[in-house]
Amino acid sequence: MRRRGGPVPYLFLTPAVVLFTLFLALPIGYTAYLSLRGTKVTGLGLGKGARREVYVGFANLAAAIGDGELWAGWLRVLGYGAMVLVTMLGLALLFALLLDSAHVRLARFSRIAIFLPYAVPGVAATLLWGFLYLPSLSPAQGPLSALGGEVDLLGAGTVVFSMANVAVWGGVGFNMLVLYTTLRAVPRTYYEAARIDGASELAIALRVKIPILMPAIVLTTVFSLIATIQVFTEPTALRPLTNTISSTWSPLMKVYRDAFITGDLYSAAATSIVIAGIALVVSFGFLRVVRDRAFQER
Amino acid sequence: MAATATRTRAAGAPGLAATVILLGGALYCLFPIAWVVVAATKSRAELFSTGTFAVGGGLLENLAGLAAYRDGVFWLWTLNTFLYAGAGALLSTGVSAISGYTLAKYRFPGRTLLFNLLIGGILVPAVVLAVPQYLLLSEAGLADTYWAVLLPQILSPYGIYLSRVYASAAVPDELLDAARIDGAGDLRVFGRVALPLMVPGMVTVFLFQFVAIWTNFLLPFIMLGDDRKFPLTVGLYTLLAAGANQPALYNLIITGAMVSLIPLIALCLTMQRHWRADLSGGAVKN
Repeated sequence: MRRRGGPVPYLFLTPAVVLFTLFLALPIGYTAYLSLRGTKVTGLGLGKGARREVYVGFANLAAAIGDGELWAGWLRVLGYGAMVLVTMLGLALLFALLLDSAHVRLARFSRIAIFLPYAVPGVAATLLWGFLYLPSLSPAQGPLSALGGEVDLLGAGTVVFSMANVAVWGGVGFNMLVLYTTLRAVPRTYYEAARIDGASELAIALRVKIPILMPAIVLTTVFSLIATIQVFTEPTALRPLTNTISSTWSPLMKVYRDAFITGDLYSAAATSIVIAGIALVVSFGFLRVVRDRAFQER
Repeated sequence: MAATATRTRAAGAPGLAATVILLGGALYCLFPIAWVVVAATKSRAELFSTGTFAVGGGLLENLAGLAAYRDGVFWLWTLNTFLYAGAGALLSTGVSAISGYTLAKYRFPGRTLLFNLLIGGILVPAVVLAVPQYLLLSEAGLADTYWAVLLPQILSPYGIYLSRVYASAAVPDELLDAARIDGAGDLRVFGRVALPLMVPGMVTVFLFQFVAIWTNFLLPFIMLGDDRKFPLTVGLYTLLAAGANQPALYNLIITGAMVSLIPLIALCLTMQRHWRADLSGGAVKN
């Protein structure tokens, strides 16, 4: 810790700094630059030099902010994200607390089974569930029609729930593991003391364990928020199975369409900036609110 | 240890409820995986006619169909994925280890700033990076090459963070001083003294990065055009996009999904002791 070492620490950090510059700082700067540019067509737009890149200021950003299609995407992601975050983190917390409680049987099996979807790529997870949602294959179709309801799990009104289920399924195990390993690091004597004081298991979970978990819960929430705002894989991979998901279902899908299908890099860059801005504001806002509420006593 | 001692205590009613809830969660998580394993055994006719969990007799035929698909491109996707995830995670772990060690064990001007910069990368949404990364790499003539998928995934803010936490906990300063007094240079001290002590933590970093690269879809989806360079995620997506409206291709897609899951699930099961998600920091146990 007290080692100085002259140029050595800088040499050791060179690979990380070079990679950071090339693949993080430079792309961010380039996105910001592109978002301020646009093409200007002169004459009939034919021939060499007819299309020029020009500075357009904040016009792209203004267009991105005023884009109704983008806001419709944000609304969809908002509803989807609220469902995913509450269900996924709630279940992760519940499972972690139950695993950590003393009298659970088959805890090891449950822990590994719940963690297993972490190893399933989002595309594969969406594909598995997507096939299970298909009326021709779905095991739910029999019981559902027996109850008198033909429910199309990929219909316009239901597809967002079906998609949220895929995200919850894929994410609950990882978050559970984070919370569970945090709990395991707590000395058992804490709980013994509470037990001697006559606290029930439930009281210990609510009054001792959840406060200890608070920083970990905040972190997992922020990471899940950032991931949810950028949702791309699940809706993209579900599109081939249903026609209820548009090519601009989520904001990131719109960026992809603008950049690689329509070929409008400038508005794609501007939309990226808006998404990044919202992601940062939401995560920092969340951190602030939580810090004020949860860590007041510290 | 404490858990095994307490587990022998009689499980009362609350314990039973907890067990039932956890088993419910386990079943929910295993259900689609169990389904795909069973569905991959069904022949084309059996897929739509037999019960959900009735084992069929078409597994070998399905595997043969998958192997024959576009001259065996599926196996190429599998190899590519191993290459991207293996090489990427190895390089990433190396960079994380030396960066984390340096940030934990050296004191130098700019240390906090560099740490915050490198860690701040966690917060940058992938979307801000993916499109310009593609443009810059295609400018450099590297788009649609293996490098385009490999290089951007070497830097791992989370890996550097974990390595720093681990190095401060597992590598005693006294040992470094002793090695130094014996005349070892900085690189030697790192490679021969610190790195061996950091191995358990670096296994965790490697596993996380391996899974992250293996499951990544957006980056290779954007970077690659030639389907012979695809990883499994993008390959599976193209299979799905090609065959979703043709029930005749369902067997192929399902079998492909099943085969693609085997390596990662095997890795997760064999390495499950090494998954330490010390995301919330500080609490590294040996």
